[in-house]
Amino acid sequence: MWNYTDKVKEHFFNPKNAGVLDGANAVGEVGSITCGDALKLMLNVNPTTEVIEDARFQTFGCGSAIASSSALTEMIIGKTVDEALKLTNRDIAEYLGGLPPEKMHCSVMGAEALRAAISAYKGEAWDDDHEEGELVCKCFGVDAAMVERAVTVNGLTTLEEVTHYTKAGGSCQTCHEKIEDVLEAVLARTGALKPAAKPAAGMVGLDAIKPLQANGTVSAPAAKLTNVQRMQAIMMAIEELRLQIRQDGGDVELVDIDGKDIYVRLSGACSGCSQSSGTMMGLQMKLVEKLGEFVRVKPASLLPAGM
Amino acid sequence: MTGIYLDNNATTRVDPEVLAEMLPLFTEQFGNPSSMHGFGAAVGGKIEWARQQVQALLGAAHDSEIVFTSGGTESDNTAILSAVEAYPKKREIVTSVVEHPAVLSLCEYLEKKRGYTVHRIGVDGKGNLDLDAYRAALSENVAIVSIMWANNETGTIFPIEELARMAKAAGAVFHTDAVQAVGKIPMRLADSAIDMLSLSGHKLHAPKGIGALYVKRGLRFRPMLRGGHQERSRRAGTENAPGIVGLGAAAQLALLHMKDENTRVKDLRDKLEGAILAAVPACFVTGNPDNRLPNTSNIAFEYIEGEAILLLLNEHGIAASSGSACTSGSLEPSHVMRAMGVPYTAAHGATRFSLSRETTEAEIDAVIAVVPGVIERLRTLSPYWTGAAPKAFTPAYS
Repeated sequence: MWNYTDKVKEHFFNPKNAGVLDGANAVGEVGSITCGDALKLMLNVNPTTEVIEDARFQTFGCGSAIASSSALTEMIIGKTVDEALKLTNRDIAEYLGGLPPEKMHCSVMGAEALRAAISAYKGEAWDDDHEEGELVCKCFGVDAAMVERAVTVNGLTTLEEVTHYTKAGGSCQTCHEKIEDVLEAVLARTGALKPAAKPAAGMVGLDAIKPLQANGTVSAPAAKLTNVQRMQAIMMAIEELRLQIRQDGGDVELVDIDGKDIYVRLSGACSGCSQSSGTMMGLQMKLVEKLGEFVRVKPASLLPAGM
Repeated sequence: MTGIYLDNNATTRVDPEVLAEMLPLFTEQFGNPSSMHGFGAAVGGKIEWARQQVQALLGAAHDSEIVFTSGGTESDNTAILSAVEAYPKKREIVTSVVEHPAVLSLCEYLEKKRGYTVHRIGVDGKGNLDLDAYRAALSENVAIVSIMWANNETGTIFPIEELARMAKAAGAVFHTDAVQAVGKIPMRLADSAIDMLSLSGHKLHAPKGIGALYVKRGLRFRPMLRGGHQERSRRAGTENAPGIVGLGAAAQLALLHMKDENTRVKDLRDKLEGAILAAVPACFVTGNPDNRLPNTSNIAFEYIEGEAILLLLNEHGIAASSGSACTSGSLEPSHVMRAMGVPYTAAHGATRFSLSRETTEAEIDAVIAVVPGVIERLRTLSPYWTGAAPKAFTPAYS
């Protein structure tokens, strides 16, 4: 069972703006029934103001595909065409409070449909005819340009991530080398593969690990805390680490405490950052030290349903 | 969890009687059956009782032919690896395209890493095995044939006795993954050509983590797990005594309820299927409706996607399963649907309802009341659904 956020569920069970938009002057269609998901996005753009006055969708696909489509329409109504074009799949995923990694391609489908619709409105040739980019994955019809966009926007670094975001390489697998070529080219350009100058906030560098000390030198954990004291200690520890994380353009927020499970939400530069699990680990170590008990720090997306 | 559970091919609820049999093994009767004292002896006796119950369910000639394992996957792996090791000069394996991954992944490994030639026999549009291709693949070079008794997704039953006889005539070991068939199809392995058979406890109201492999007396056998002398040195490791006793109790109950599975449960399945086919346009039954497990119905709904169907059913408290890509996290619909040539327009919407002896008529009526609305709702969202339901819809592949 997928861990869908409440926002995803809300947009799946009660999708906004579903159906056909009569008189639409910008239509984008991406995906296909063979591929397992498809989205037809219909827009009504005011020719004078270029504001998207109405948007509707029809989607064939899973829960997150329908939710991403619904979210997309909500996000773009009222925006001008140029404002809408600035939206990325990450914005859609963030609007939904996150998507499981394997489902990120649903948000990409939304962003691609938006680009297709606006290209149609502007009378531009949508690069889906693959003159601009070579078709990388023939099974799912993904070109190099789409892989590049997904890698750049989402900071992807592995083949598996590219498949999660674009579906490319998810079927016959013969294109894996081609995807890796594109991936490596983008990473070389952005310098994402260079080692970090300093460990990410909360990450423990090797030099920071001290050998275990004999009993007595380690401060003994405080006497058993009351629930309120414990909660305060957790909040204070998170506040301390937050200062560091904010310096790196990210943020962390305490969402819930469930016994040994501490749920936090990373945002800003942290969301989608490949180091975010390191940040979580650092936070966990800090909390274990402060509380004198074992706790697990988990992303809020893992909160059990109904909480 | 409460609700209507129609996903019994995935797993079943442990029968309360099974649990009651198991509980003392955790507390009072905790001894190691290999130990030389009373604590161990009591447990050893219960394990032998359980072995006899499984023997009875399978109609095996000897209780020593039953080897307890951790489940279907271990049984499948043990059977295939045993045969290829026992017959090192035979370098070919015969299986089918619709097997469980426990068999398919291992065969692929043997093909890639150990240079075996694997013959994967295809199926027709209704999931029936291509018998001509099967016959052609058999030869003295085949170490083992591994063909499932009944398919987990569609319930389609293969003519397993005929297949076993053909394999024996060619000199190959014959193994069948009967995880879905045991407890639903009467078996008499004593009179059968089947050499090895896998079964899993949690598909028949025993707990997860216990299963068995039937190994016909006299068959060359090589263990997969080496260590102690448990299970007559065919499966080392201290026995999962509570699980084994649970499986024994479940086997006894399965034998008792087999008639119910094939009458009342089958009628409920037919009622559910008939009502859905009558109320929902553009859907069809996958697999062979005339030759399948009594509890399984797999219906492909065109132009919509399975995960979305399951999520909406779940909102109504109904648990089912889908061969859709999205539910598994893969990007391709089920290999079984593709092997049968079910078009992609329908394969993504294939939904499996699997009943059990615990299913009631009131539950089936409730599901019948919900399904058409769920399908309708998703179709209004789908860009492929025109609203004009084609009358007398005939799928392109049948």
